[in-house]
Amino acid sequence: MKNIIEMRWHGRGGQGAKTAADMIAHSALELGKHIQSFPEYGPERAGAPMISYVRVSDLPINLHCGVTNPDIVVVIDPTLIESVPIIEGLDKKGALIVNTSEKPESVRKKLNFNEGKVWTVDATKIALEETGAPLPNTPMLGAVLKATGIVPLDNLKEQLKKKLGKKLSPEKMEGNIKAIEKAYNAVVSG
Amino acid sequence: MENKYKIIPLTGDQAAAEAMRQINPDIVAAYPITPQTEIVMTFAQFVADGIVDTEMIQVESEHSAMSTTLGACAAGVRAMTATSSQGLALMWEVLYIASGYRLPIVMPVVNRALSGPINIHCDHSDTMGARDSGWLHIYCENAQEVYEMTIAAIKIAEHPEILLPVMVCQDGFITSHATEGVKIFDDADIKKLIGEYKPKYPLLDIKNPVSYGPLDLQDYYFEHKRQQSEAVKIAKEKIPGILSEFNKFFGKDYGYIETYRLEDAEIAIIAMSSTCGTARSVIDELHKNNIKAGMLKIRFFRPFPAEEIVNACRNLRAIAVLDRAESFSNQGGPLFAEVRAALYNNVSIPVVNYIYGLGGRDIYTEDIKSIFSEVKEIASTGKVKNLVNYQGVRE
Repeated sequence: MKNIIEMRWHGRGGQGAKTAADMIAHSALELGKHIQSFPEYGPERAGAPMISYVRVSDLPINLHCGVTNPDIVVVIDPTLIESVPIIEGLDKKGALIVNTSEKPESVRKKLNFNEGKVWTVDATKIALEETGAPLPNTPMLGAVLKATGIVPLDNLKEQLKKKLGKKLSPEKMEGNIKAIEKAYNAVVSG
Repeated sequence: MENKYKIIPLTGDQAAAEAMRQINPDIVAAYPITPQTEIVMTFAQFVADGIVDTEMIQVESEHSAMSTTLGACAAGVRAMTATSSQGLALMWEVLYIASGYRLPIVMPVVNRALSGPINIHCDHSDTMGARDSGWLHIYCENAQEVYEMTIAAIKIAEHPEILLPVMVCQDGFITSHATEGVKIFDDADIKKLIGEYKPKYPLLDIKNPVSYGPLDLQDYYFEHKRQQSEAVKIAKEKIPGILSEFNKFFGKDYGYIETYRLEDAEIAIIAMSSTCGTARSVIDELHKNNIKAGMLKIRFFRPFPAEEIVNACRNLRAIAVLDRAESFSNQGGPLFAEVRAALYNNVSIPVVNYIYGLGGRDIYTEDIKSIFSEVKEIASTGKVKNLVNYQGVRE
């Protein structure tokens, strides 16, 4: 692994991309890594395309600018593939992880992303089945962990309990944990 | 032995609020404004949860926030507030009263552009507008520095020979809304480190009556202003001693300025706040290509570290000063004007200005590389094409 990993999350306002990105950063921090997690604040509103960044490094992070050449791009809303430059700056050999019912090959073709790895999972369907709400951010965490190994699954689950334990009912929490595990196992690459 | 601490994920705003929690001021009077909001929100939660002993006074504007903080401080208690942008602008007349009355108020400021047009993102036009207000100014690079400098600022402000208000600045959104791992030291240790506040001239000490704010005309106003400038000179002498105590505790080397690979550098940039972090990465990269680049980071804008800047720059061949504010003088930004004035008559090095990042326009490593390549050109030709340049703007 490189000593710094840079991620970019694409979502829509209200889908929880920032919360998900924070979860990964907070888990990595607990594992002794240096972290940064910051959204790109535009005119924030529900439904508008938004971006959140994560840096994870073995060494202290000095950079304070946005991520321009991510190693990993995560797309939590499938409709964004058509409307925002998803793979802009993405490392040619990087990883693209998309919430979609489509197969990796079809996403690869649509975006003309040839060398890197493409992973897909139907996170919205999993979220609906396990939590009853169409919020794909938590299942996407499972997919990202499987695809990148950026933090171990158990650490992330602990983090989720710690951060959202007070906000969510025990049933909701269990649903979210199940959604993460299900996506972890269901994500496919191609 | 290293002091006890824990590393927790915090934004710059939360780091300022954590420092305030440990300072446990008697009074906080504040009005929320983006991107400072999270400081006030987090601190209000500490008050509501009974974690601090602070009396929080809700006010209807920043003018009232500063007036209330000022009144409380004059009465003889530790009082704090926090603001950004238009909020600081609305405090403007009261800022001068706080420093003129020599009240040791510490105020986190989250730098944000001033209207108009309206913009909520980072630049330094707000605090640069308060440049001559008699406040001390500290500019922080990251959330860790925000936490540590907010705590240290208490002792600087309250030093009996200084007694000046201090603003501790961080970059709006870039620092205030980015989460980083922040070392938070033990509550009891911090409490001991800053000690109890012993006001020198409390208004409520009825056995030793004092007046704050009487009419001060041709007979004495000038003497009081002269004393105020003397206080900033004394601050300049005392601050290194005060910081050394904090440096020992935090394991840091905080001073007026910080240099990065400047010792053997031929070209350098001078900057403040979060941009300095990005510049470090660029400098490391340039060194790999045998380009002798360095950086001088200015932490204290007041007192202005003129001697330190001159001494650190003596051997350079060309310098670029980066300003995140415009002064509309056609002579460059406020930092440039002061750095250039400090260098004049002392050294003869070409120095140019880059105004950048207004209204939150991001400054990338490529921008800083491009600035360095132009400075390198100046160093080798000795010719300055443009004294004032604008980086990252559409022309």
